[in-house]
Amino acid sequence: MSAGHSTYTPKTGLGRWMDARLPLPRLVYDSFVAYPVPRNLNYAYTFGGILSLMLVAQIVTGIVLAMHYAANTEVAFVSVEKIMRDVNSGWLLRYLHSNGASMFFIAVYVHIFRGLYYGSYKAPREMLWILGCIIYLLMMATAFMGYVLPWGQMSFWGATVITGFFTAIPLVGEWIQQLLLGGFAVDNPTLNRFFSLHYLLPFMIAGVVVLHVWALHVTGQTNPTGIEVKQKTDTVAFTPYATVKDAFAMVVFMLLFAYFVFYIPNYMGHPDNYIEADALKTPAHIVPEWYFLPFYAILRAITFNIGPIDSKLGGVLAMFGAIAVLFVVPWLDTSKVRSAVYRPWFKLFFWLFVVNAVFLGWLGSRPAEGIYVAMAQGATLYYFAFFIVIMPVLGLVETPRRLPNSITEAVLEKKSSAGAPATEQAKG
Amino acid sequence: MSATDSTEHTRRDFLYVATGVAGAVGIAGVAWPFIDQMRPDASTRALASIQVDVSGVEPGMSLTVKWRGRPVFIRNRTEKEIEEAKAVALADLKDPIARNANIAADAPATDIDRSAGEGKENWLVMVGVCTHLGCVPLGQAGDFGGWFCPCHGSHYDTAGRIRKGPAPENLAVPTFEFVSDTVIQVG
Repeated sequence: MSAGHSTYTPKTGLGRWMDARLPLPRLVYDSFVAYPVPRNLNYAYTFGGILSLMLVAQIVTGIVLAMHYAANTEVAFVSVEKIMRDVNSGWLLRYLHSNGASMFFIAVYVHIFRGLYYGSYKAPREMLWILGCIIYLLMMATAFMGYVLPWGQMSFWGATVITGFFTAIPLVGEWIQQLLLGGFAVDNPTLNRFFSLHYLLPFMIAGVVVLHVWALHVTGQTNPTGIEVKQKTDTVAFTPYATVKDAFAMVVFMLLFAYFVFYIPNYMGHPDNYIEADALKTPAHIVPEWYFLPFYAILRAITFNIGPIDSKLGGVLAMFGAIAVLFVVPWLDTSKVRSAVYRPWFKLFFWLFVVNAVFLGWLGSRPAEGIYVAMAQGATLYYFAFFIVIMPVLGLVETPRRLPNSITEAVLEKKSSAGAPATEQAKG
Repeated sequence: MSATDSTEHTRRDFLYVATGVAGAVGIAGVAWPFIDQMRPDASTRALASIQVDVSGVEPGMSLTVKWRGRPVFIRNRTEKEIEEAKAVALADLKDPIARNANIAADAPATDIDRSAGEGKENWLVMVGVCTHLGCVPLGQAGDFGGWFCPCHGSHYDTAGRIRKGPAPENLAVPTFEFVSDTVIQVG
């Protein structure tokens, strides 16, 4: 698409007529049929496609649910129960939507970790990475507001805590919080605007996804070796190779999705959200949805004042900082080698980072007391150290392994070392 | 560009600037109602003050009422609770300011300034919203026998002052008065 040389030739009269007026078939052909992709992409690279599928699934189930849902504090909780009990197939649509959100986040976390491991954010793909970070932020906002809509206890108190973050901002904090809530506490105006925005944001995500895919097709995909495509034998056509691989991964992912929907639909939810919101009673233990837990742990880890910044503002800054730091990752990593495959030390620290992130998530689900606070502080320290200290320093001191000359060479080396006949030639 | 490359001010320059200014002012003017509509509306702001009959609240009992969509704690404290609160030195407090809307904004957080005042020291009226992130603390719980917020572990003492945990301020005392010996008006 970006290469500027299209190989599309319309075969029918109608095709030629269309091509001269609106070359949409040409765009599709160049982007998703003839488009060359590296021949060595593994299954970690199928999550972009899975994410597109999940976005469509969430929009479709969401639009249908909106036909049965009422965004008013008097009836919101009941209308969700009505969807579950009275609406034909309503239970299925709601479970698809609520579990779909979790699946969406599972996929996005794999996608992000894949990008970190293979150095997908490095030049010239900084914009691609930043657009991805923006999508992730929009996803979090959408998921948070969606969780408020059933108007259960966790909905209400989650909204109270999260909008409370803004009161940590000096001077204008209270004003901003009231602007978000439309009142002095979470109430009907809050529910109304969250419903409106929850409906809007997925379409904004779709817009940024278009930019994300555009940026991807300008630079071309990375691959596990991190070496740029150099020759024709390095690539295969998107269709059928990547199409089938993506589709197969989607089917497997759908099996996992279906398992949750049909066997453990409330596993990732919280029982307190089946109690209607009560402004006078806080649940004994407020926890956000699992995909926010690592950031929740970071928020609660700051229990001390740092100079003029009190612990409350400090916690909020650390939490937002944990996401903000992702935006500058392309400039924090100083290594010239892209992929962790050839960076033994980075590989080690990366997997420590993954374990640490999961550990933070677990800590986020624990009460903020005793030994958990100290552990969360240690884990928060490593989270930031990975980006701010390890990434820049490692690029300067680490000795990378020898890089193959091309993707083709890497593929053939792997095959011969795996015992396949060494005489095999590149098929192109 | 060369055709218009002149130091003279042309009619086109004027139109360019005038259109730009009108556009900027127009956008700002239109943007404001879109932001303004998000603020608390008239019905929310007009929430009347409430009157609460506290004649049945004996020492050691509490009442939680809803005011402006939020809980307000009204507690008739026991002698022991008052003594405990009085025994605390100001220097030991995380937030040394009374946070009492009925007295000076910089009044110290002594027990008398947190309570309903001289002669009514047993009465404590506070907005029941944790100053950390807005949860409702549990009464007569925590390390100091006052209130404990289960969300992030803030401990308040028997005068509603923050003693331990992430909350930055004492529980707020709203505007209130005794309209008779047994009726409190909040707001």
